[in-house]
Amino acid sequence: MNPPIIRVGDLTRRYEMGGETIHALRGVSLEIERNEYIAIMGPSGSGKSTMMNVLGCLDTPTSGEYWLNGLEVSRLGDDALARVRNREIGFVFQTFNLLPRASALHNVELPMVYSGLAAAERRGRAAAALDRVGLANRMRHRPNELSGGQRQRVAIARALVNEPSILLADEPTGNLDSTTSAEIMHLFEELHRQGQTVVMVTHEPDIAAHAERVVTLRDGRVDSDRVTQGAAA
Amino acid sequence: MPLLEAFRMALETVVAQKLKSFFSLIGVFIGVMFLIAVVSIVQGMNVYVQNTVTSEIGGINSFQLRQRPNMVMGNVTEDMWREWNRRPRISVKDAAYVRARVTVPARFANYCADPVSISYGTKVAKQIELRGTEESYFSLKKYNIADGRAFSGEEVRAGFPVLVLGSIVAEKLFVGQEPVGRSVTIGGLPYRVVGVVESQGTTFGLSQDKFAIMPFSAPARRMICPIGVLDQLMVSTDDPATMQAAMDQVEAAMRIRRQLRPQQADNFTIQTADAALSSWKKVTTVLFTALPLLVGISLVVGGIVIMNIMLMAVSERTREIGIRKALGAKRRDILAQFVVESATLSLLGAAMGIAAGILLAYGIKALTPLPAAIAPWSLGLAVTLGILVGMVAGVYPATRAAKLDPIVALRAE
Repeated sequence: MNPPIIRVGDLTRRYEMGGETIHALRGVSLEIERNEYIAIMGPSGSGKSTMMNVLGCLDTPTSGEYWLNGLEVSRLGDDALARVRNREIGFVFQTFNLLPRASALHNVELPMVYSGLAAAERRGRAAAALDRVGLANRMRHRPNELSGGQRQRVAIARALVNEPSILLADEPTGNLDSTTSAEIMHLFEELHRQGQTVVMVTHEPDIAAHAERVVTLRDGRVDSDRVTQGAAA
Repeated sequence: MPLLEAFRMALETVVAQKLKSFFSLIGVFIGVMFLIAVVSIVQGMNVYVQNTVTSEIGGINSFQLRQRPNMVMGNVTEDMWREWNRRPRISVKDAAYVRARVTVPARFANYCADPVSISYGTKVAKQIELRGTEESYFSLKKYNIADGRAFSGEEVRAGFPVLVLGSIVAEKLFVGQEPVGRSVTIGGLPYRVVGVVESQGTTFGLSQDKFAIMPFSAPARRMICPIGVLDQLMVSTDDPATMQAAMDQVEAAMRIRRQLRPQQADNFTIQTADAALSSWKKVTTVLFTALPLLVGISLVVGGIVIMNIMLMAVSERTREIGIRKALGAKRRDILAQFVVESATLSLLGAAMGIAAGILLAYGIKALTPLPAAIAPWSLGLAVTLGILVGMVAGVYPATRAAKLDPIVALRAE
């Protein structure tokens, strides 16, 4: 059997804030298999944002281990983490986080700029990725010329373009209406069916219901971990 | 990240924020503009002074034997001045003695000059430099005769009252009439005009054609210098080696004639274009020493402005930096992006400064008698300084950008 794509063991994360210590994570252990579609839920203050930052290699844990695609990343330095984010993780954010002055194509090219690909190859792959999310005819548009759903598709194309180990989505439908949300969730299912590992952080149960497995955090610990039918809702 | 990519992103940013970019460039712009304009004008004056001095002396392989120098641009002390005035003047006999003792091929011309009035009928031309000299003077000064002829050796030896006029004098006295063959008067004595010299143009707005040339021993000579003396003996040779030999022979002959002991200094001056230019070079050295100060101050101010603009850019674009970091930008990628952006800004300012400096230099050239010549090295220097100022100014803001925590940066508004 394949090793899990993500394995975290006894993960803790503490912050010092105004002389007070905040325990955001108090020992989380979790394994995520390749091609899983998992949602991480929890009320605010449960530690799910911290979990998302650590899983996304934007933050490092205070203690515990984090294996991502066979590499222990919890003790890596800034530049090594940047490289891991570039190669292994595709981010999808609630607020899309596209560069406002760049075209859709250039936004999708960006991760490849940092992996050092030649311009011609970047353009080809970015165009293919936009095509994959159904935006082949919107490549030259800037984010402010696109609808919310289209912007999120650009972000998804950008997340996928370097063929990451995990697609890490943080409240991906938080800024979208219900019709568009449904479209985006449909796209996620499509990607999952094609073999993509998807990790989604959300506080909305009906969005989490699209995943095959839902992990709920409470007070920095795993509260429940259950397998659902997925896509049923 | 490749440099080209960073450069392209920098240009995009600059184009997106045209007005703000322009204001941030003003310091570099002004500094470079002054650099180009001042260097151009000083260089122009350099070329100009060199040409003038050289042609005054009669070309690069020429020199003059004089009582004292007349082309001094440096500081002349009172003592120097008094010593010059105590010297005996160069006599016609001195000149003859020296000429007989120069063995290398050389051309000579005795020369005296002073302003006089020349009249023709009711018309009077005042303040005309009357030059008494020899027929070789025309070739020495490379004067072309536009009308008529120069005077001959016979006319010089006989002291014929003939005149060759500068073009402006001819125009003034004989409006519309043919000058050659007409008779003018100088100090009550009649002179026949035999030729007109081609126009020599203007220098610092002054006409170079306000002169009249006559044979050295013509009657009016008493008006321009005392009997038996001359202002200078002009000597012209064909190459630098011959010139040095001729100078040595002239100096030796003069020392013998003046009976100077070995420890005594020359009581005459041998004036060369180089010597006359050396004092001008001192002036330009002073100018070129003051210039870096002026340019330096503008560039420092320009650098500080750019640094502030870049700090603003970093704080305005915190989220962008967060996005880039999330997508895999390393610290040095962010650092390079902002340093290149800053250098691009500054280089743009320098490019605009170069354009404005050239315009300014040519504007000054057009509106004033000052000449201008663009020095290629100043363009290279301007570009280098532009890039350098931008890079230095960009380092601190770029470092701040590179150090941002991606989580904090992503949350920024």
